Amino acid sequence: MLDMTVSLAGVALKNPVVVASGTFGFGREYGQFFDLSELGGICVKGLTAQRREGNPAPRIAETPMGILNSVGLQNPGVDAFIATELPFLRQFDTKIIANISGNTPEEYGEMCEKLTAAGVDIIEVNISCPNVKAGGLTYGTRPELAAEVTECAKRHAGKTPVMVKLSPNVTDVTEIAKAVEGAGADAVSLINTLRGMRIDVKTRRPILKMNTGGLSGPAVLPVAVRMVWEVAQTVKIPVLGMGGVAKGEDAAQLMLAGASAVAVGTALFADPLAPLRVRDELQQIAVAQGCGKVSDLTGEVKPW
Amino acid sequence: MPMQHECTVVYLKRLNPYAYDMMLEAGEMGCMAQPGQFVHIKCGEGNLLRRPISICDAQWDEPDDLLRIVFEVRGEGTAWLAERKEGDKLDVLGPLGRGFEPVGNKVLLVGGGIGVPPMRGCARRLADGIECHAVLGFRDKDHILMVEEFQDFCASVAVTTDDGSYGIHGYVDGQMRALLEKENDFTFILACGPKPMLRSVAKVAEELGVPCQVSMEERMGCGVGACLVCACDMADGTRKHVCKDGPVFDAREVDWNA
Repeated sequence: MLDMTVSLAGVALKNPVVVASGTFGFGREYGQFFDLSELGGICVKGLTAQRREGNPAPRIAETPMGILNSVGLQNPGVDAFIATELPFLRQFDTKIIANISGNTPEEYGEMCEKLTAAGVDIIEVNISCPNVKAGGLTYGTRPELAAEVTECAKRHAGKTPVMVKLSPNVTDVTEIAKAVEGAGADAVSLINTLRGMRIDVKTRRPILKMNTGGLSGPAVLPVAVRMVWEVAQTVKIPVLGMGGVAKGEDAAQLMLAGASAVAVGTALFADPLAPLRVRDELQQIAVAQGCGKVSDLTGEVKPW
Repeated sequence: MPMQHECTVVYLKRLNPYAYDMMLEAGEMGCMAQPGQFVHIKCGEGNLLRRPISICDAQWDEPDDLLRIVFEVRGEGTAWLAERKEGDKLDVLGPLGRGFEPVGNKVLLVGGGIGVPPMRGCARRLADGIECHAVLGFRDKDHILMVEEFQDFCASVAVTTDDGSYGIHGYVDGQMRALLEKENDFTFILACGPKPMLRSVAKVAEELGVPCQVSMEERMGCGVGACLVCACDMADGTRKHVCKDGPVFDAREVDWNA
């Protein structure tokens, strides 16, 4: 019997498959299709200090084996999440990972304080949203700012582990990873979406109303595998790998590259049961390779 | 409660050069489906996203419920769908979203183009006890579909074309205004079609004081309300989501200037 439990930032997950922030709302919708307790964890829709309505539509464009999105962090705000969404999520036997974005380091700190008091399992600090003007990606592309946000989050998060979500829109992701590790991060998650654009040739207009957006889906998997591999060799803290996971084999690639756990996101839109299928397929792969526990895969790639 | 079901194609017919009529064996999806709701269909492995298609009509049946959809070929996904054959299987999520909920005993159905088929389902459901009238608009005579089916369920059916190649030359809002001014006892308006048409319909409904629900369209991701991409601007400054809060909205709720 394969041991499917893994540890992420000191938190025990029953299996290594979590769902990625922004693709799963607060769980209510996909909870109609399967029992949320089947998941290793849930990264909730990105939260901000105040309610946000997000960007104007169209917010999505389909691309070859991927999608571009420009939602722009639409969410009810951290207080409404704690009051109405967290109690719903707490009914399930799964780990709740609260994803947060701030305009200033202090705002990250305030949200961490509230979420720690509310008792989430992990705080995922998003410094990599490509779809907002203030904060967001700026923090994720400069090591000293990434470190400042991480320190501020750690100072206010108490015992709740802090995981920093990294952007692929950088020259060297390992620099940012080292900076947040140095600032006390308990884990990193990557990759967020890659900035992209699609144009309707007939109208000469971009499909997205914001012109550009973030690319996700199977098209980005090789970029995610490469970046997880680079980061995992650079830092000692655990890595949550994500980006284009649609099959167990994709998840296994990320784990071999160094991820302790993996997130499934865009694949949900094609198949609501994708996270459970990925989990089962990953289990089969690990068993077929003679692993005693699924975590035996982590970092075991044999580079040439 | 939405479900995922492997549906079987019962038939696929061409209604005009652009539109296809497809009947599906849909498990238990049919008896739950309301007019105005939609299904989200996986269109082959090459297309990552599902395609949202309005439910034209649905009914309880044995052993499987029947679900009828009518769609136009707009891109690769719907082109794939139009190549299906009797007996083929389709991965379908549904029924999704909020459907029409008219009040009163005399309802006007306004459909434009590929927004006409869901009105046909409304007509059949409502005809038992409610007086229905239909105003149907098309680009030209090649785009006309299902007009004769409305005649079975509606007290009157007016057809307009943008270029005058069939029926009345003009848009649905002119015809709708004429009907509402002639008969002032309409209790509700239901409309489905392109946004400029819905904007005109909403304006007439507001002026004449008749409650109106409209079915909105937007580029969609998950279809169930989780990914938040299909935003619809509301009059109060908030953004709701077509897949979960809609596709049917009260016409006064929508920000028509967005």
